[in-house]
This record gives sequence, C-alpha cells and structure tokens, in this order.
Amino acid sequence: MLEAILEYQFLRYAIIASFLVSIISGLIGVIIVEKKLVMMTGGIAHTSYGGVGLGYLLGFEPIIGAFIFSILAALGIGIINNRTTGHKDVMIAMFWSLGMSLGILFISFMPGYPPDVTSYLFGNILSVTTLNLVMMLSITVIVAIIIIAYYHDWKAHLFDPEFMKIKGRKTKTMENILMILIALSVVVLIRVVGIILVIAMLSIPAATASLISRRFHIRMILAIGFGLLFTLLGLVISYLTGYPSGAVIVVFAFIVYLSVYLIQKRIFFKNKVLQ
Amino acid sequence: MSELIKIEDVSVKYGNIEALRDLNFTIEEGDYIGIIGPNGGGKSTLLKTILGLVKPYKGTITFKETSLKKSNVKIGYVPQINELNRKFPITVKEVILSAKLPINMAIFHKYSEKDIQEVEGVLSTVGLLDIQHRHISELSGGEFQKMLIARALASNPDILLLDEPTSLVDMNSQKQIYSLIKSLNENMTIVIITHHVKEITKQAKKLIWLEKNIKSCGDPFEVYKFAYLNPTEQPGGKL
Repeated sequence: MLEAILEYQFLRYAIIASFLVSIISGLIGVIIVEKKLVMMTGGIAHTSYGGVGLGYLLGFEPIIGAFIFSILAALGIGIINNRTTGHKDVMIAMFWSLGMSLGILFISFMPGYPPDVTSYLFGNILSVTTLNLVMMLSITVIVAIIIIAYYHDWKAHLFDPEFMKIKGRKTKTMENILMILIALSVVVLIRVVGIILVIAMLSIPAATASLISRRFHIRMILAIGFGLLFTLLGLVISYLTGYPSGAVIVVFAFIVYLSVYLIQKRIFFKNKVLQ
Repeated sequence: MSELIKIEDVSVKYGNIEALRDLNFTIEEGDYIGIIGPNGGGKSTLLKTILGLVKPYKGTITFKETSLKKSNVKIGYVPQINELNRKFPITVKEVILSAKLPINMAIFHKYSEKDIQEVEGVLSTVGLLDIQHRHISELSGGEFQKMLIARALASNPDILLLDEPTSLVDMNSQKQIYSLIKSLNENMTIVIITHHVKEITKQAKKLIWLEKNIKSCGDPFEVYKFAYLNPTEQPGGKL
C-alpha cells in the first residue's frame, strides 16, 4: 500500500482529502451535534444535488454547483425559519426534496446518455481531483480559522444565545455565519462520502467524541482523530477490496461509535456496581 | 429613590394572542420587586420586553428617562433553568467568563487577569468557587441556578432580573438562593418572577400580581391578601 501511495497520485490525493475531511468533521461536527442541527445539515447536503445537476446541464464543474446550492439552502432554511412560524423540520424536508428533484430534472434535461452521478451521491475518495483538493483545502482553512479564532464566542453563543443577545451581540449574524460554515463543510465532504452520507461524517465522529469527553475543545480534537481513523481505514479497505469508499467509511464509523458506547456503558455499570 | 425603569402603556402580542395589556409601573433604584401570577400571565414576557428581546406593539420602556442604549443602566438576567442545555460541554467558570466577552467579537480573545479575578469574586459570592472547574452536567439544580446568578453578576449590573430562580431546586437551595438575592439587594435593584408567593411576600419591598395586566401592585402583604380574597380572579385559584 505504501508503494502504491508513492506511485499513484490519486492515492496521495485521497490521503490529503482524508485529513481535510477529518478537520472539518471535528470542528463543525461538534457544533452541529451540540446545536441539534444534524437534520438541517442533511437538508443542506441533499439540496446541493440540485447544483450538481445544474453543473452537468450547463457544463461547469458540478461541485461548484453544489457549493452554490448549499449556501443558498443554508441561508434559505435559516431565513424562512426565522420569519415564519412553520415547523423547522417541514422547511428542511421541503428544501431536501426540492434539491433532489431539481438535480434529477436538470440531469434528465441533458441530451444523450445521463452522466454517472454515483460518486456525488455516495462519494468516492479515490476520485478526488486537483480542483476538488484545492477547493477542499481553501474551505477547510476558512472554516478552521473562523471556528478557532472565535472559539470563546462560539462556545458562549452555542450555550446561551439569548444571553449573548442581551449583552449586545449580533446573534442573528452568528447564526447566518454558522449556516454558511455548515454549507461549506458539506461541500468538502461530498467528494469523500457523498451527498447521502454527509450527515454521517458530520455527526458520528462528534457523537463518538461526546461519549468520551465533556470538554468542548477536547471533543473537537477527538472528533478530528475519529474522522481521520474512519476515513483512512475506509480508504485502505476500499482500495484493497474495491468496495465503495463512502459506504465503507460510514459503516466503520458506526461500528466504532457502537463499540465506544458499549465500552462506556460497561465501565459505567461496573463503577455503579462497585459503588 | 430615583427612577430606574419606567414602563408606560406597554402591550405585547404573540401573533393574535395578547400577552401583556396596558402595563404601567416604575422600577426605582434599590427596589426589590416580586412578580407573581398564574402560568401564561405574561411574567416572563414582561422581563423579555424589558430586556428588548420582545418588542411591544404599543407603549414605551425608558431607562433613566432615555433608551437602554443611551442610558448607562446595566441589566443582569437570570433565565429559567429549563431554557438551557444542561449537558452542554462547558465548565462553571467558562459559563461565568462568557459574561466578560466584549460586545464586539475579538479575534483570538484571551480573558484578562482582571476578568478572571472578577469571575472568581462572583463565584465566591454565590459559593461556587470550589466547583468552578466542574462540568455543568455535574451540578445540582441549586448550583446551576447559582451559576446563572453569578454569570449575571459578572457584568456588574445595576438591576438583576430573575425568572423563576428557585424552580427545579430543593428546599435547602431555595432558602440559600433567597438569602443570596436579599443580600444582593443591598447593592442593586432586584426584579424576580416566582411561584413561591409566601417567601417573596416576606422578602420583597413591592409585589406585582400580573395576569396580562396588573391586577394588584404595592405592599407585598396587601397584594397577597388581595390575591387570596379574590380567588375567582385566579385561574385554578393558584398564583
């Protein structure tokens, strides 16, 4: 495998992509899990499929289309949610299904044979291109700087946004920035695990970390570690067996989460019995 | 005593439902006001309107005869305990320190020594200094409430607004919290919403019975008597 990494560019790209995906999953995933935004993230991810379809139809890079649709979905869900009394889950469901429908329609409008969109839906870490990598790196740097540079602000805002508003903070602006960061993270993850499995990478590493630590920054660091473990092992298994990488990563991530959960329960139970 | 906050003809609606109607009263410096009334009577809405979180469709609220921004009035707020996520990954000290964050976000903000000393001071005031590094999920209801009071105190407020600070708290902690609030009133104005009518009647300087509008206001014992002599006015007969 080591020889193959040195020999093949696509394997080197896949490893770099694993690192970038892990950083994003750790930083944003912890926020998503704590703020209970997992389903909203799923909605944003699925809406991006409309952008993939538009990219194919108009002949530009589909990931750019996913990027635009993700941002619009994030802001759209946030704004409509703030201004209407409708249920949040209904808004998410509407964007979710609208995005998927637009993607299907745009692709059906194309003349000739439809393109293979499997890698966008289910991800393929082994097919990451130079453009994908540049985009992923730029977004990861932006997201990481915004989260780390304003770490105390994010933590205070996530714990009690009303208190921060009373202090005079522009909490709506922070909410909108958070939505954009989630949309950007979704774009980074699409090439690796695919639109359908994005929510798994943005929730399982953070949820696993939450079983181990009660400190916010430790959870972020652990979630990055778990993300790296999941993606690298998924990559190795996928390379050796030829199974789809996105699905392998998510199945492996779930097994690790379940194992940590059961180990933790066993330790907790043992301690209780000893007491 | 000089006027701190003046509420004139304030009415608030949520959609078509009226939460507050033609409210008029004044909060003076050094006051200790207890607000009682049935659930849904607009008590929490009143505090949120004073804080500017809810906009009245009618009426005005002035702070030292001007707007909150122009006045130098600093408000401390203690929300209801059930409005917060008690499993959020944060320690007691980190919660209190959040009160010291500047209004405008600062890149790579670092708390100053002065901030930390002041936070340790308020932690000592509420009796939580020994557990400052504890995670909030490990706190009892009473400790959690004291932590929220400490956070409000950390911004050196002129007035403290408390929304049911003794709900979900055991009897012993209730006594400690009331005793703490009483001592805080020596240096600041207090407005507290509570369902513990007997306790607040003994302690407050003024009592307001609120049920969308003010049913009775003034001397705590007079308001208490009025409330219990007019049971038909109380939904369920319970304040």
